Amino acid sequence: MLQVEAVYKSFGDFTAVYGAHLTVERGELVAVIGPNGAGKTTLFNLITGQLKPDKGKILFKGEEINGLPPYEICKKGIGRSFQIVNIFPRLTVFENVQVAVLAQQRKSSNLFFPAQSLAVEETSHILESVGLSDKAASIAGSLSHGDQKILEIAIALGNDPELLILDEPTAGMSPEETAATIKLVRQLAETRGLTILFCEHDMDVVFDIAQSIMVMHHGQTLIQGKPEEVRKDKRVQEAYLGSVELAEGR
Amino acid sequence: MPKGVANLIPRRGLWSAGGIFFALLIVPQFAPEFYVYILTLIFVTALLAMSLNLVIGHGGLFQFHHAAFYGVGAYAFALILTKTSLPVWVGFIAGPLTAAVMGLLIGWFCVRLSQLYFGMLQISLGSLIWAIVFRWYKFTGGDDGIHGIPRPSFLSSSNKVYYFVLLIVTFCLIVMYLILKSPFGRTLQAIRDNPQRCEAVGVNVRRHQLMAIVIATSFAGMAGVLFVVLERFVVPDLLFWTLSLEILIMCLLGGWFTFAGPVLGAALIVALRTFVGKYTEYWTLILGIILILLIFFLPEGVMGYFLRISERSR
Repeated sequence: MLQVEAVYKSFGDFTAVYGAHLTVERGELVAVIGPNGAGKTTLFNLITGQLKPDKGKILFKGEEINGLPPYEICKKGIGRSFQIVNIFPRLTVFENVQVAVLAQQRKSSNLFFPAQSLAVEETSHILESVGLSDKAASIAGSLSHGDQKILEIAIALGNDPELLILDEPTAGMSPEETAATIKLVRQLAETRGLTILFCEHDMDVVFDIAQSIMVMHHGQTLIQGKPEEVRKDKRVQEAYLGSVELAEGR
Repeated sequence: MPKGVANLIPRRGLWSAGGIFFALLIVPQFAPEFYVYILTLIFVTALLAMSLNLVIGHGGLFQFHHAAFYGVGAYAFALILTKTSLPVWVGFIAGPLTAAVMGLLIGWFCVRLSQLYFGMLQISLGSLIWAIVFRWYKFTGGDDGIHGIPRPSFLSSSNKVYYFVLLIVTFCLIVMYLILKSPFGRTLQAIRDNPQRCEAVGVNVRRHQLMAIVIATSFAGMAGVLFVVLERFVVPDLLFWTLSLEILIMCLLGGWFTFAGPVLGAALIVALRTFVGKYTEYWTLILGIILILLIFFLPEGVMGYFLRISERSR
């Protein structure tokens, strides 16, 4: 479904992504892991158009999407959430998701109809599926960090994506919140038939739910494979030297 | 969720807006002519401030030279009435239309830049229009402006002007309200909060911002037309950047995250200029002190403050 082939991106002298490869098949849960600064977020930004690659190819459903602006890529069916909370703080929770649904329905430029009666069902449905229904009328900026991260995912669902990209969905969450979020992600993948690409620091989580894992180090792809293959790989163990949870396995 | 416009407005807001409107309807029956004039001027200025707030308060755009479009609308109307024999209604359409075209041209360049750069480019392009108007004696009358512009025959008395301006401004405000509550308006507010996120959910942010500028500048042009109807003259000062600053202050003073805040801001500033300006030409000194107090004590503006208080008491 998604193919990233030998993509490069540098900022001045610093090369953030140096020949990354990634394949995501339809219906898969794919994780990208790697030490801090390995280029995971940059890679995601390249896929969803926030950044343009210097070199390389990104194919989505066989179509080249590198260099397209974010809103075009979004319309092709890739939704994403961000690592740092990235919501509309002055709008209500409901409106946050509704904006995305309206964009997906190509109604954003409609001037002649009250917005409060549009896309209501879809929006309510999404809020229900992520468990934010009772907070629909709250101002998004006043939510707890954990709820804002969930709202992140809800906004991304508003676009009804085929491929959902989650950049550290559990960053800054308590262990309980992390568990709940992971359960939610898994549930979404099943009920909506979503393909999910995510990156995550918590190795337990990654090896627990990912069907395929891509390991990045210094902007390069070390390996992509099934969790067992990745765990056994020598280069991965070297990259993570000292990272006990991976070296010992589970 | 029930459909329809009636449910759009919180009941309290609807009652107070209706009450104010009907109070304004009867004012000319007993108020002296001077006050009727000041109120009319407040309506015109309020429309101008509201049009700016559409892009700056709800759209988050650094629209720093909004007066340019006000002036363009006023001049378009004045020129049609004095230099052509076209019917008056053409002028009423040409004002907002010319302003909107100018908004489209300037906006097209500005939305390519972000934040402060947007504002700086707009000040320079707007000042360019001012310079042209200021220098082009043959066409615009240069720094003398155009005086003694005839009023349409149906606006023969100052009370008629009052009612006409009140009706047009009320109509424009209702349209603005509906726009803000439409999907377009909601998306615009989302862009203000977070443009990057908006792009990522599939919104063409630049096109949306440009559309907002065109809408706002056409309302500013309409305000310019109403200014000419009231004052019967145009001068280049209408496009000068200090006026842009003044309307920016009105939005800030009234509260730019509220809908009707700029109306209050416009009323306060016009009243201050009229009544304090009578005693001293340094009325801006008082404005300065008010602004300092505002920033420290009411950062959300006067309207924003009262809305918060009333929300707490509920």
